[in-house]
Amino acid sequence: MSATTLDLSPAPAAAAAPVFYDDGSHHPPQGTLLGFWLYLMSDCLLFAVLFAVYAVLGRNYAAGPSGADLFDLPIVATNTALLLFSSITYGFAMIAMQHNRKTGVLIWLAITGLFGLGFLTLELTEFSHLIHEGAGPWRSAFLSSFFTLVGTHGLHVTFGTIWLVTLMVQVRKLGLTLENKRRLMCLSMFWHFLDVVWIGVFTFVYLMGALQ
Amino acid sequence: MSTDLSTLIFGRLSLEAVPYHEPILVATFAMVALGGLAMLAALTKFRLWGPLWRDWITSIDHKKIGIMYIVLGVVMLLRGFADALMMRAQQAMAFGDSAGFLPPHHYDQVFTAHGVIMIFFVAMPLVTGFMNYVVPLQIGARDVAFPFLNNFSFWMTAGGAVLVMISLFVGEFARTGWLAYPPLSGLLQSPDVGVDYYLWSLQVAGIGTTLSGINLIATIIKMRAPGMTMMKMPVFTWTSLCTNVLIVATFPVLAAALALLTADRYLGTAFFTNDLGGNAMLYVNLIWIWGHPEVYILVLPVFGIFSEVVSTFSRKRLFGYASMVYATVVITILSYLVWLHHFFTMGSGASVNSFFGITTMIISIPTGAKIFNWLFTMYRGRISFDVPMLWTIGFMVTFTIGGMTGVLLAVPAADFVLHNSLFLIAHFHNVIIGGVVFGAFAGINYWFPKAFGFRLDAFWGKVSFWCWFVGFWVAFTPLYVLGLMGITRRMNHFDDPSLQIWFVIAAIGAVIVAFGIAAFLVQIAVSILRREQLRDTTGDLWGARTLEWSTASPPPDYNFAFTPIVHDNDAWYDMKQRGHQRPTSGFKPIHMPKNTAAGFVIAMLATACGFALIWHMWLPAALAFVATVGAAIVHTFNYQRDFHIPADAVTRSEEARTAALAAA
Amino acid sequence: MNLLRFLSSSLAARLGLTGLALGLTGCDMVVMKPHGDIAAQQAQLIVTSTLLMLLIIVPVIALTFVFAWRYRQTNTEATYSPDWDHSTRLELIIWGAPLLIIIALGAITWISTHKLDPYRPLDRIDAQRPVAADVKPLVVEVVALDWKWLFLYPEQGIATVNELAAPVDRPIQFRITSSSVMNAFYVPALAGMVYAMPGMETKLHAVINKAGDYEGLSANYSGAGFSGMHFRFLGLSDGDFAQWVATNQKQGSKLDGTVYQQLEQPSERVPVQRYASVEAGLFGAIVNRCVDGKKMCLNQMMAIDATGGTGKAGIPGLLRQPWRNEAGATERTVVAGLCTPTNLLGTSAPTAKP
Repeated sequence: MSATTLDLSPAPAAAAAPVFYDDGSHHPPQGTLLGFWLYLMSDCLLFAVLFAVYAVLGRNYAAGPSGADLFDLPIVATNTALLLFSSITYGFAMIAMQHNRKTGVLIWLAITGLFGLGFLTLELTEFSHLIHEGAGPWRSAFLSSFFTLVGTHGLHVTFGTIWLVTLMVQVRKLGLTLENKRRLMCLSMFWHFLDVVWIGVFTFVYLMGALQ
Repeated sequence: MSTDLSTLIFGRLSLEAVPYHEPILVATFAMVALGGLAMLAALTKFRLWGPLWRDWITSIDHKKIGIMYIVLGVVMLLRGFADALMMRAQQAMAFGDSAGFLPPHHYDQVFTAHGVIMIFFVAMPLVTGFMNYVVPLQIGARDVAFPFLNNFSFWMTAGGAVLVMISLFVGEFARTGWLAYPPLSGLLQSPDVGVDYYLWSLQVAGIGTTLSGINLIATIIKMRAPGMTMMKMPVFTWTSLCTNVLIVATFPVLAAALALLTADRYLGTAFFTNDLGGNAMLYVNLIWIWGHPEVYILVLPVFGIFSEVVSTFSRKRLFGYASMVYATVVITILSYLVWLHHFFTMGSGASVNSFFGITTMIISIPTGAKIFNWLFTMYRGRISFDVPMLWTIGFMVTFTIGGMTGVLLAVPAADFVLHNSLFLIAHFHNVIIGGVVFGAFAGINYWFPKAFGFRLDAFWGKVSFWCWFVGFWVAFTPLYVLGLMGITRRMNHFDDPSLQIWFVIAAIGAVIVAFGIAAFLVQIAVSILRREQLRDTTGDLWGARTLEWSTASPPPDYNFAFTPIVHDNDAWYDMKQRGHQRPTSGFKPIHMPKNTAAGFVIAMLATACGFALIWHMWLPAALAFVATVGAAIVHTFNYQRDFHIPADAVTRSEEARTAALAAA
Repeated sequence: MNLLRFLSSSLAARLGLTGLALGLTGCDMVVMKPHGDIAAQQAQLIVTSTLLMLLIIVPVIALTFVFAWRYRQTNTEATYSPDWDHSTRLELIIWGAPLLIIIALGAITWISTHKLDPYRPLDRIDAQRPVAADVKPLVVEVVALDWKWLFLYPEQGIATVNELAAPVDRPIQFRITSSSVMNAFYVPALAGMVYAMPGMETKLHAVINKAGDYEGLSANYSGAGFSGMHFRFLGLSDGDFAQWVATNQKQGSKLDGTVYQQLEQPSERVPVQRYASVEAGLFGAIVNRCVDGKKMCLNQMMAIDATGGTGKAGIPGLLRQPWRNEAGATERTVVAGLCTPTNLLGTSAPTAKP
């Protein structure tokens, strides 16, 4: 009982036995990017729910202030610019990665991280200003859904930034290995995804809220 | 220590949280403590700590993880069923002047815990366990796509279960029903820790489930053996794929809904409170947008199990494979369009109610098609009534009737008189027990020989089946009757003595089911003791049709020495029919992932963070959270996650199998 | 033999079930034999739907047993076709027959859901008699409290706790709300249930066709006192109803905002209470959650929100109020009533329209 020669070449039309075992050349394709994409879709659904909550509760001001009274559009515009630029700089980091330029990757990642931190700082300032005025998430259902939606996005950016710093350390230490490249691609998807969500936030929350 | 620091550390946790003045809980604790000590003593005496840590806790092997999920499910079944017995006893006793033995404060926790445990910590782990164990073997893969994530997912689920169990002895559980509708679950009506235990245990477990869903989708999409196109996958793999799509597409909704309720309770937000613009109906919608797909998450895998079992024990190809696949996909999609049928009575208007009623009815069409397909698989087959097949026939009869009552409840105007009644309770237990539980036992009896190399004792298996089947009908038929008498659910006391006989019959039914569970435990014990007589060395005890049966029983760590090439549905049956030759030489080193403690550590830190948040122990919570994130980051610095099984080890393992097959 | 035992035990279970169903007369299945027209139509719906579905269910269960028996392994005479796995004709039947049943059920669903919509005013007293054009429905305002029911009769000016009455054959219009958590108003003999929700008003239209003493309950778990939250529903002749009203007017006290706030405190298994007069606008204030006069009424808040809120000036317009809880006192935050030139203290207008 031996079947040591496993011939995968196409069998002749006559009675060749079907081949039932792979000769070891089958390597299942890497599933990391698909898996991360699936996670991102589940995150997208999370944001969809928060958008839906905002849509339902976003006009319930509890006889308090509305978005038009509170939103500081110049700050929001600056924030948007920071985030959009950070996506561009991440793109440059990815280009550098394709060309295996480790220093280039690290520099662009650093700039991206700084943009991200800038975004977070401005957002935290905005939040603390609102809270200081008394318009915190406890004031009305509108403010609860505002803070939760924008805050959840901000939390994602925070974790993305922590991840970015971690990756910078790992790339610096180990270089642009296959594994690190995969991680950079995942973070890339994450970062751009957050950008897309922000465009939704910017449009539906800030712009439409301010134009009431 | 200043009071501020002491509050930061201990929050609202104090010795008073321990219910040492409640006799039932003290007795339970005594039993658990004694049992736990006995187990610890046995582990120490037989020097099992090492193997426990090395081979199970840190294992990333889908087979070990699958077994652990099922063990978790069975252990929590005992707790959840104890709750059921208590409820039946209370409702059989509490008439007129007698208040029963459970004061409302306790009873209301029991029915809440019963629902939460049965859905999240019995049914979910059981089906996840089956999918974890079987799917990689059925598609000819070595493991799932993300083995470390798999281990982490399991320990997060276990962490959620731990939190629920702790609530028995430290503090109390929620008293809101298993879905915790606000305003009742809000801070004003439920200021105590109960709802917080509910929220955090489900968030921790939910993360595990979502990640597991991602894992299995990637596995099925990416790791199928060459030649296994989508339409050549086994039906169980199809149902697993659809289930995991459902998981990834709905658990985020649960996470969001629970997070919003958590925000209301912890941050004073106004999502579901009445006075600052909140709307409790929003929670009801969100939770059921998750809740309805959830029941399909529970039932689709068992539909897959039944497909495999019917085909194997009828010795016949599954009837209508394509039809089964389409039916499963249709059910998956439609399950998102029916959620409002859980609250027809909330006043959404006739057109909205009709729409959701009709979509609910439409789902019964593909479900019915599946049942017919199983029937016509049996038709002109050669059926043997091994224990898995008994469970299947029991399912076909029981689930069909449960489905009928479901379609009945889908008529909104009928639902107006039956909503929240004992008729509803009977309906969903009818489909969950008749479907999920019967399917789990079918699956356990079917795949146990594969996992452990010896089969389960058939006699005790049949005893268990009959007790469950008879016990179920004795327990729940009275509830259908009571529902038609206008009796509502979650009552801990009744005034009308004419109802008592029905509750007594129901209690007797519950006791019969208890015997069924006991028989199942006896079955396991007896089978282990008699394992040499029950041994199977062929690896294909039932003469089955799918790839997992081509491996040894139990399969080696690497599953397949050579990846199989698939030519047809029922790949193993096809191989057997066409005279495959099992390779006995030429083995190569096999690339495998390493075990790791990281998943266990991160999950336990997350669980500790959950516990601290429940008790408002802000400092420990912050520290645990930072530690959780930190441990995850540290883990990402571990790049040495794999190793190779040397070729001669593979050779030795395969030679052992060759010898066993020759001796069989 | 296993299979025989199985068949006989399942048959026994089936027969038992049928016997149970047929033996309806033995027990008081009020859902199947109610005394209100709406509930009667709903019972008929249950029967019709069940019979339609049995058209599929009975053959399926029968075939399960027949096939299990006929194709058992030991019956070597039966045909064995191990590779037969497809039949287009069968598939057409398998998908088509249930589809036809569901189309029928779907049509029944659409029609019945609209006809029996709780919000739809009645057009018939029972199967034989339509509602006369000049008949005004009896309006009953229902408040679910912790853990009892308050019924207000605006037409008669009275109110009761835990006792509801209505004249036979006169349409009733219920307007339902809750004080704290979700409940469900349900009188099985009368009609289907509707959720009672705080800050919202739901409606139910029904009519009782036979005099009697019926059970009413809450059908949605609402906390510790839930099991005791039932009430009596009295179907009375016109004369008896007038007498019942008169009894309330004689024996009852006054129900005003203060008394109501005491009623809001948690209590269980409360005996029947009667009120001879009700403060004007009380139900509206209950629905809008401003009975205490200090909170802003919900309808006013919603009207303000519809115009865009009050801006930053409105941020501090909140009030901390004690909130009774059986575990101890807590506080809740509410929006304070607004003062205006004509309402200097910002008390809620008692005639706030619902």
